[in-house]
Amino acid sequence: MTSRYTFGGDEHILVEIDEEMSLEAFFKSLSMTNAVRDAAIKGVTEICPANASYQIKFDPDIIHPDDLMSELKSMDKSDSQGESKLNTRIIEVPVYYQDPWTHETVMRFRERHQDPDSTDIEYAAKINGYESVDDFIKAHSGSPWFVGMVGFVAGLPFLYQMVDRDRQIQVPKYLTPRTDTPKQTIGFGGSFSSIYSVRGAGGYQMFGITPMTIYDSSQQTSYLKDFMVFFKPGDIVKWKPINREEYDQILAKVEAGTYQPKIREVTFDLEAFNQDIDATNAKLLETLNAS
Amino acid sequence: MPVKVKNKGLATSIQDMGRPGYFHLGIPISGAMDRFSLRVANMLVGNDESAAGLEAVFMGPELEFTEDAIIAVTGGELPPKIDGEVKETWTTMRIKAGQTLSFDYIRHGARAYIAIAGGIDTPQSLGSRSTYAIGALGGIDGRVIENGDELPIGSISTNMSEGTSVPKVLRRGPGSPAELRVLPGLYWHRITHEAGERFFQETWKVASEADRMGYRFKGGSPLEFVERKQPFSAGSDPSNITDAPYAYGSIQVPGGTEPIVLHRDAVSGGGFFTLGTVISADMDLIGQLQPNIETKFVKVNMQTALSARKERAVMLDSIRQAVA
Repeated sequence: MTSRYTFGGDEHILVEIDEEMSLEAFFKSLSMTNAVRDAAIKGVTEICPANASYQIKFDPDIIHPDDLMSELKSMDKSDSQGESKLNTRIIEVPVYYQDPWTHETVMRFRERHQDPDSTDIEYAAKINGYESVDDFIKAHSGSPWFVGMVGFVAGLPFLYQMVDRDRQIQVPKYLTPRTDTPKQTIGFGGSFSSIYSVRGAGGYQMFGITPMTIYDSSQQTSYLKDFMVFFKPGDIVKWKPINREEYDQILAKVEAGTYQPKIREVTFDLEAFNQDIDATNAKLLETLNAS
Repeated sequence: MPVKVKNKGLATSIQDMGRPGYFHLGIPISGAMDRFSLRVANMLVGNDESAAGLEAVFMGPELEFTEDAIIAVTGGELPPKIDGEVKETWTTMRIKAGQTLSFDYIRHGARAYIAIAGGIDTPQSLGSRSTYAIGALGGIDGRVIENGDELPIGSISTNMSEGTSVPKVLRRGPGSPAELRVLPGLYWHRITHEAGERFFQETWKVASEADRMGYRFKGGSPLEFVERKQPFSAGSDPSNITDAPYAYGSIQVPGGTEPIVLHRDAVSGGGFFTLGTVISADMDLIGQLQPNIETKFVKVNMQTALSARKERAVMLDSIRQAVA
């Protein structure tokens, strides 16, 4: 894992930590972007951590691109250990899998799919070796997920499954992107799950929907009064399967301004995780479910 | 003292210099696609250069003024008319209460900027009035203007005199074929040397998908990729990467076929490789390209990019002096 530094024109530096996603690469991205933020370098205007890379935007009238490049490289050297502990939060996100709204959209775009005769979730279950959709839902909702990046459109989280690599779910994107995806669809592409924060085009497979608003520019949603975007990189998510009745109840609460997502503060230790993934995850879920 | 929208035109939106600082949450910088022209329009009416104005695309709106105002129209050649009488672009104009501003058909370019003394005074969201419709930010309740809207105008005492005009040599627009200077980089190493050479040799044309999110180009040869085993999590197509942030102006080529230059409202990241970035000095020119315009990408280095940026700043300074 040796970072590759490259200019994006005269206003950006992109640092590719690794070509492939790993929690190590993501932690490096978080620690480097935190260090850049703390350094308060004059002329830096945007600091974007991402899955296995990060990008800095700057004003070349204030700092010369070569000077910023050297500064980032020297910060990287002094950060060689990386951080292995992260104080963050774990959030339970209710998911109504195989809901009628994404199902309608699934059926509307069958001709853009690899396997037009099955639904997205049936296809995902099949190619990942699960005997039934129920088993697949158990796998998708059984382990926690890391938010590796927020973006694409406003407030959309990319989530990375916290299991060892041979257990990770992988599903290709649609052959051709759809022109429509319902708001708050739980999507999947490559090895990332996502939540579509707004309605719009998309290429990820569609598994279900959450009643929980995650982006609200009007900030009417009770838990988005401080900021309109719910997720930030480093958040940990646990999907909770719900049925139609629960979906309707939560949606009514969100709309009435009385819904409070289940959130707990946690410390995540990457070394402990790598030593014993299942035990670390069990501890995270214990914290989430403690009353 | 609002301005009434009698006819919205085509996707006319409120824009200022944009909304930096939230890209890491997927919120794009937004703002005028041709900031040079919006700055100059604001200078011509005595506004702060970053005040909000209207960005009209291909077709102008029809606006009824309820009070006397000082206005200016810059950008592409979209001739303004006051109560039907054609006026000059890039020139300070006076419009009286009850009069209507409309537009003739576009002669060249793609976007016109309408500045009104005092600036459009809609509420800011995240520090900007720029319209980002996908995320319902800025504009009028998060959207572009509609028939029947009333645009609030800020109050200002301007001393700009009618007829103040920007000399023609200082009105910047794309040439023919348009030339966009590009600094190769980002994931440039993903394509073969020959594909890279051809990318700069060939003449491309603006495709019909050309909007505030990005400009697509067609007509060049498909790019060949350097062979590799696709990294875990990157996706199976050779043009795929592990999802990463996108630079403003970066050029992605999904499937290696049609390059897309990402612009002010682009997605903030994704899983396509990018081969380089249009330099900051040339991004405004893209906002003036119509579909089918021939375009050459010109390879430059950082030094050229920085001098071009300086030249653009000097040009703006000359305009400040010329209209002062």
